[in-house]
Amino acid sequence: MIVKNRYEAVVIGSSAGGLNALKTIFKCLDRSFRIPFIIVQHISPDSENYLIQILNDLNRLNVKEADEKEVPRRGMAYLAPPNYHLLVEPDRSFTLTVDERVNYARPSIDVLFETAAEAYRDALIGIVLTGANNDGSKGLKKIKEFGGVTIVQDPENAEVDSMPKAAIRTAKVDHILTLEGIAAFLNDLENPMNQP
Amino acid sequence: MKNNQEDQLETQDIEIALLMEALYQKYGYDFRNYSKAHIKRRILNRFNLSGMQHVSEMIHESLVNHKFVDQILMDLSITVTEMYRDPGFYRTLREQILPTFHSLPYIKIWHAGCASGEEVYSMAIMLREEGLYQKTQIYATDFNPVIIRQAKEGIYSINRMKEFTANYIKSGGKAAFSDYYTAQGETVKLLDTLKKNIVFATHNLVTDSVFAEVNMVVCRNVLIYFDRTLQDKVIGLFVESLPEGGILCLGSKENLQFSIHAPLFNPLIVNEKIYQKKIHF
Repeated sequence: MIVKNRYEAVVIGSSAGGLNALKTIFKCLDRSFRIPFIIVQHISPDSENYLIQILNDLNRLNVKEADEKEVPRRGMAYLAPPNYHLLVEPDRSFTLTVDERVNYARPSIDVLFETAAEAYRDALIGIVLTGANNDGSKGLKKIKEFGGVTIVQDPENAEVDSMPKAAIRTAKVDHILTLEGIAAFLNDLENPMNQP
Repeated sequence: MKNNQEDQLETQDIEIALLMEALYQKYGYDFRNYSKAHIKRRILNRFNLSGMQHVSEMIHESLVNHKFVDQILMDLSITVTEMYRDPGFYRTLREQILPTFHSLPYIKIWHAGCASGEEVYSMAIMLREEGLYQKTQIYATDFNPVIIRQAKEGIYSINRMKEFTANYIKSGGKAAFSDYYTAQGETVKLLDTLKKNIVFATHNLVTDSVFAEVNMVVCRNVLIYFDRTLQDKVIGLFVESLPEGGILCLGSKENLQFSIHAPLFNPLIVNEKIYQKKIHF
């Protein structure tokens, strides 16, 4: 059973095909949705973070790059900067590091998910979207171990299915959903009609 | 009643804190104000490779086994760097900051937390191309003696030269990058003449004090690993080390915005995180 209104953050990992997937989720989000998103999208090291502009233009959560020491706030979505890992501290502030790549990636989804799992425990929702590798699987497993909710994009509908499939193999996944289904699930959490 | 996961988490956090305390008390290496999430990742990586049953075993091992301590220091060092990392930053330095150095009789530059030295040599090459190297003294420091020895050697994997060369060109390099090294099998060795005016030394930003007045401090991607208290302490060292008008260069995701020392600096080139210590403050 899902207890409404107890979730304090949503962490999302996406890779190949992630831009379109994130856009679809954002478009389907209610404008009243306020739970902060923390997102790792695999991105080339020297690229501008163009994703911020694209998602902001959709007028849902207010999207920005995560700054070091920043604490996530409701109504905001934070993107890991290119070429930095994004970690969540026990006090829930962000740390950026330039450590080795993890799963060939920096930022790595596992690094975000594993640290966020400890910081948010059962107040966290973890979502793995389209991608061509297996980053995020171990992190999603940890989110589940700490009592969070785990969601994976339905591989059937994913632009690239390896990452969702790897996550389903590795972690105990609560929900396998289409992008629209993911947005509907999230909207439902903040729907005042559903509050206890 | 805590569940099993939470209890295990609490235990592990205490063990790691005690390990940091042991490293500090026995060797003076102070990681107690580093990012907790970062330290934990690095320590648990080592733990998983160690075959030990409990993190607390690492405490004893680090107290008695110096090789193990070196290993942990390496784990906790930030060793990921590259020549001309963020080429735009180096281009800005070359085009906007270095020209102002021509009027100085002598230039001193401090690379604080230089790791294996890639950015130090990048600076040396740039100074040489701008006709400034002859009158420059570079201090390149890191807390880790093993990594300082590597930096001093100036030997890097040949696999990295493609990336370094691309960065060098983007940063406004004026020669052929291959002019600056000789290949030796799988490695390349940078020209010894580049080291002529560089002093490599161990220096711990957390526990040591200022050792010289310098015209420019370069400390990039070091402060992000520290908590706010430690960041302020270290920026305080840079304040002491810089004269009025001195330059402070930080990493691309670091800034002085939240520092108690912010009022002492003007942001000179905001995008590249280049600051200038105010004059007549």
